[in-house]
Amino acid sequence: MAIYSVYIINKAGGLIYQHDHNASRPEVEKTFSYPLELVLKIFDDKIVVAFGERDGIKVGHSVLAVNGVASEGRFLKDGRDILETLAMEENYPISIKFGRPKLTTNEKIMLASMFHSLFAIGCQLSPEPRSSGIEMLETDTFKLHCDQTMTGIKFVVITDPRQMAVDGLLKKLYEVYSDFALKNPFYSLDMPIRCELFDENLKIAIEQAERMGSAGV
Amino acid sequence: MTVYDFYLFDRNGNCLYYAEWNRRKQPGISKDEEFKLMYGMIFSIKSFINRISPKDVQDGFLNFRTSKYKLHFYETPSGLKLVMNTDLNVGNVRDVLQHVFSSLYVEHVVKNPLTELGETITSELFRSKMDEYVRGLPFFAPKAS
Repeated sequence: MAIYSVYIINKAGGLIYQHDHNASRPEVEKTFSYPLELVLKIFDDKIVVAFGERDGIKVGHSVLAVNGVASEGRFLKDGRDILETLAMEENYPISIKFGRPKLTTNEKIMLASMFHSLFAIGCQLSPEPRSSGIEMLETDTFKLHCDQTMTGIKFVVITDPRQMAVDGLLKKLYEVYSDFALKNPFYSLDMPIRCELFDENLKIAIEQAERMGSAGV
Repeated sequence: MTVYDFYLFDRNGNCLYYAEWNRRKQPGISKDEEFKLMYGMIFSIKSFINRISPKDVQDGFLNFRTSKYKLHFYETPSGLKLVMNTDLNVGNVRDVLQHVFSSLYVEHVVKNPLTELGETITSELFRSKMDEYVRGLPFFAPKAS
């Protein structure tokens, strides 16, 4: 039972707020000997596993750290190129940490506008007249709930598939948005939300919904 | 409860088969355009889910719902995509879509020597079997209105 993250999208498809609540992405650390049996490639400026799934390391996972030094794009924090480091035999045995790549802010903005279009297409392809856009999207690993307000702002919550009482949370988020973002005299409409009180109350709302959703099961 | 329509796409995005039952609104574009839009949406949803998911996805996209309809999705390992739109009260139809694939598509299309894979399905037998199967589903009851 968990609420993973919250996105708020303005009426133009721009991301105006994002909060990761329960970002426990699985990580696998393993020590390898030369030569490395995994095939790695550069994708989107990250080192990603292209072939050779094993021991919980999946295709699409990226290199998070080498010998405990965290990665930063194609390089390690200490400036070494990851692929070059892994190609040299004298560096072995070497311990590499793999995991699902963390979303960068740019990717989050892109995903938000992508959802904005999917929402519109879902509405256009409706077999019934006067349909809304996507309200709930279900996959085997998470559920995405979306609530669009009358003014076109979309509240998107990503939760565990078994999380209950998400509709209440969406309404509560709108309330928090109205009270602490809209009523803030320094907040300009459709712009990213940077209000301390909003952050605090949003977190409280999420935690409350998590407790309520779990109590029912 | 009712079934609105059904789409079958191959791995390249060609619409092999389309049928509708109780659909009440056309999107106002040609069928060809509609198929492209539908495939494009499914394709994008899949990539969206792959990236936004907090865990590793296996089956991936299952269904989504709006205020009026529910879209169910099933993809075979060979990349064949089955899409069915129903109303909101219908539960999980994964087994129905699996049945359409294994007992209807494989039996009447793949095993038919006259069909070219990747071409629109013209087989009358498949069309009538499909129609019969969908009309016989427990949640297929045309709305009175």
